[in-house]
Amino acid sequence: MTDLQTFREETRDWLEANCPQEMRKPGDVAWGGRNAQFSHPDQKIWLERMGEKGWTCPTWPSEYGGGGLSKEENKILQEEMGAIGARSPLGSFGIWMLGPALLEFANEEQKKEHLPPIVRGEVWWCQGYSEPGSGSDLASLSTKAVEDGDNYVINGQKIWTSYADKADKIFCLVRTGPQEPKHDGISFLLIDMDQQGVTTRPITLISGKSPFCETFFDDAKAPTKDLVGGLNKGWTVAKRLLEHERTMISAMGLSGGGDGSKKTKSGLAEIGKKYVGIDADQKISDKALRRKVAMHDLNSRAFGLTMQRVGEETKVGAPSPAAAMGKYYGTEHNKLRYELMLEAMGTQGVGWDGEGFSIEELAITRDWLRTKANSIEGGTSEVQLNVISKRVLGLPDK
Amino acid sequence: MALILNEEQQSLKDIAKEFLQKNAPVTHFREIRDTQNELGYDESLWSEMVNLGWSGILIPEDYGGFDFGMVGMGSIFEEMGRTLTPSPLFSTGVLGASLLTLGGDDKQKQNYLPRIVEGSLTTALALEEGNRHSPFSISTKATKAGNDYKISGEKTFVIDGHCSNLIIVAARTEGSDDDASGITLFLVEAEANGIEITKTSMVDSRNSANIKFNDITVSSSNLLGEENNGASILEEVLDRAQIAISAEMLGNASQAFDVTLDYLKERKQFGSVIGTFQALQHRAAEMYSELELTKSSVIAACNAVDENSNDLKRMASLAKYKAGETNHLVTNEAVQMHGGVGVTDEYDVGLYLKRARVTEQIFGNSEYHLDRYATLSEY
Repeated sequence: MTDLQTFREETRDWLEANCPQEMRKPGDVAWGGRNAQFSHPDQKIWLERMGEKGWTCPTWPSEYGGGGLSKEENKILQEEMGAIGARSPLGSFGIWMLGPALLEFANEEQKKEHLPPIVRGEVWWCQGYSEPGSGSDLASLSTKAVEDGDNYVINGQKIWTSYADKADKIFCLVRTGPQEPKHDGISFLLIDMDQQGVTTRPITLISGKSPFCETFFDDAKAPTKDLVGGLNKGWTVAKRLLEHERTMISAMGLSGGGDGSKKTKSGLAEIGKKYVGIDADQKISDKALRRKVAMHDLNSRAFGLTMQRVGEETKVGAPSPAAAMGKYYGTEHNKLRYELMLEAMGTQGVGWDGEGFSIEELAITRDWLRTKANSIEGGTSEVQLNVISKRVLGLPDK
Repeated sequence: MALILNEEQQSLKDIAKEFLQKNAPVTHFREIRDTQNELGYDESLWSEMVNLGWSGILIPEDYGGFDFGMVGMGSIFEEMGRTLTPSPLFSTGVLGASLLTLGGDDKQKQNYLPRIVEGSLTTALALEEGNRHSPFSISTKATKAGNDYKISGEKTFVIDGHCSNLIIVAARTEGSDDDASGITLFLVEAEANGIEITKTSMVDSRNSANIKFNDITVSSSNLLGEENNGASILEEVLDRAQIAISAEMLGNASQAFDVTLDYLKERKQFGSVIGTFQALQHRAAEMYSELELTKSSVIAACNAVDENSNDLKRMASLAKYKAGETNHLVTNEAVQMHGGVGVTDEYDVGLYLKRARVTEQIFGNSEYHLDRYATLSEY
């Protein structure tokens, strides 16, 4: 038996013994943190067991608490988890965004301090990038960090900080070199949210709710040792982190969810048939809608195949240039999907709440509104098109 | 399913690219066009392609072919789309080879397939009767007369119809005009009595012809497949042909895009190269995205042929739909972004625009494949 076969058997046995039955059903994923809340006691047990084994972050090095698995082993772990329908043990921006950046840019001390709590789900991280005056032009950000002994003193405001009201810490872009050209005066700083100088205020989106907040810093403090990647070198870290974020968001074009909602997964064609009816040949009776549904389905397949190809190309060589279009196309495509659902549903698609609308209808409507942010957050579609034209196509700036 | 080429496939593609760019660049196409070459392609170039083994790529080894698969064939078509190379590879190496391989009996395969591989036989499929693809709308009649059949009717848009030795005709032996059943395929020698072939001059100079069958006599041994059962062979062959032509269209669009991108980087107006203008940059980036989607669709469809996928029909429609839409968009934009020179005959972009529109018509345009995809998906 090869090592990988042995690994598969051991993994299967371990999962069988350690994954609680309740966690083998679909449901919400725990986010951990200092004030962790669990919708079921088994969620806590599952997180602790997986965290201890490092399998919340399977491919991170074991010296930082990770699973230390190779790509092949991780694939087996994911397959075995999939086979029993095991839920992901932990959702976290620490895993998806901060961790990979720390592994690449942090010093040894910082890795030892910050990575293991991410693995165990003990710290909930949020991201402080955008500011009211710095959206697409992120590098113009003005939140200041001034050195004062062993600390930085931070003043300014961040916006669109997801879950800032629940998070324990924030990874933040701050201006440390006000005299430098804008990209060269930014640092990447880790700040504790649980202190006097930090306040948050939730933002309500057009969909009626949202995880987003505004975050205010008034003489907040962070130790100088928590500056990652070097003084005024934060833009390099930021760019890499944005790549991770965009990969995360472009996946939504594939799953077809507004913000990952499981309630609206039924196919466009089914929705079309249900709301506009079928003709004698069982076809969607509105020919124009049927045509648009087919167009959307074909583009879904083409996009899914392209993301698959990007994965294959990346595996055998350099990162594929086509990766740059994933965020742009995926989010635009997802918006169109919801527009088509609304078109099919007619007045049933524009209800806000209460009687006269099913739970699924209301969810689709809210998700439709939420998708409008998909092509704005993490870099607008226009910014993505700039990235493609400059970095992939080599079109000049001036 | 792999969506990237393996080493062998990549090397075939590299060889094709090098061969075509050296021996058949766009200037070669222009020469054929401008000299009004009667054949519509260069015979010595075709025999070099045959020597490279291209005509036998889809033919089984038992009949002298190389059985190299559609991914390999697709790569060659993509490169030919870039250079606009005129050749009978589509009508013979894809249509004829597939019709005979999938529909022929052993004797027919022994008789014809080795000749396709060695380049001594060219073929054409006489299918369409109207001004848009409708594979089963066939009123050309074949009636039994003793051991023979008599065929009468008119076919249009027969690719390479005027320069092929063997014409494969879809005729109705039963049923009414739009029925899928009752269609029978016949192998007819181009020299047969009663055939009237008129070469048509298409906007892109692609070879095609109208063919009239005036009560011609065909022996029943020249039936391809069973009587009344031609539709099932046709469907399988059309899937392959749609995918091969999609690969050519991908090459056509890719080349039009590359040429345009170069132009955006060198043409100066208002004191800067026009590629600095965001209005053009974003349109270029959108075209790039569509090209990437098309590339994935085409290679996935080629793979579906080689892997005998049970979703082949839908994959063929995916490839033809995406290739049609993207080629349409890119060639229009290529002309527009070139400005005045884009509408001159001297610049190549216009050639790609014309070729795009004719290939769109071959075996179903995007609207046809949208409808087909929806029907196959049961909505």
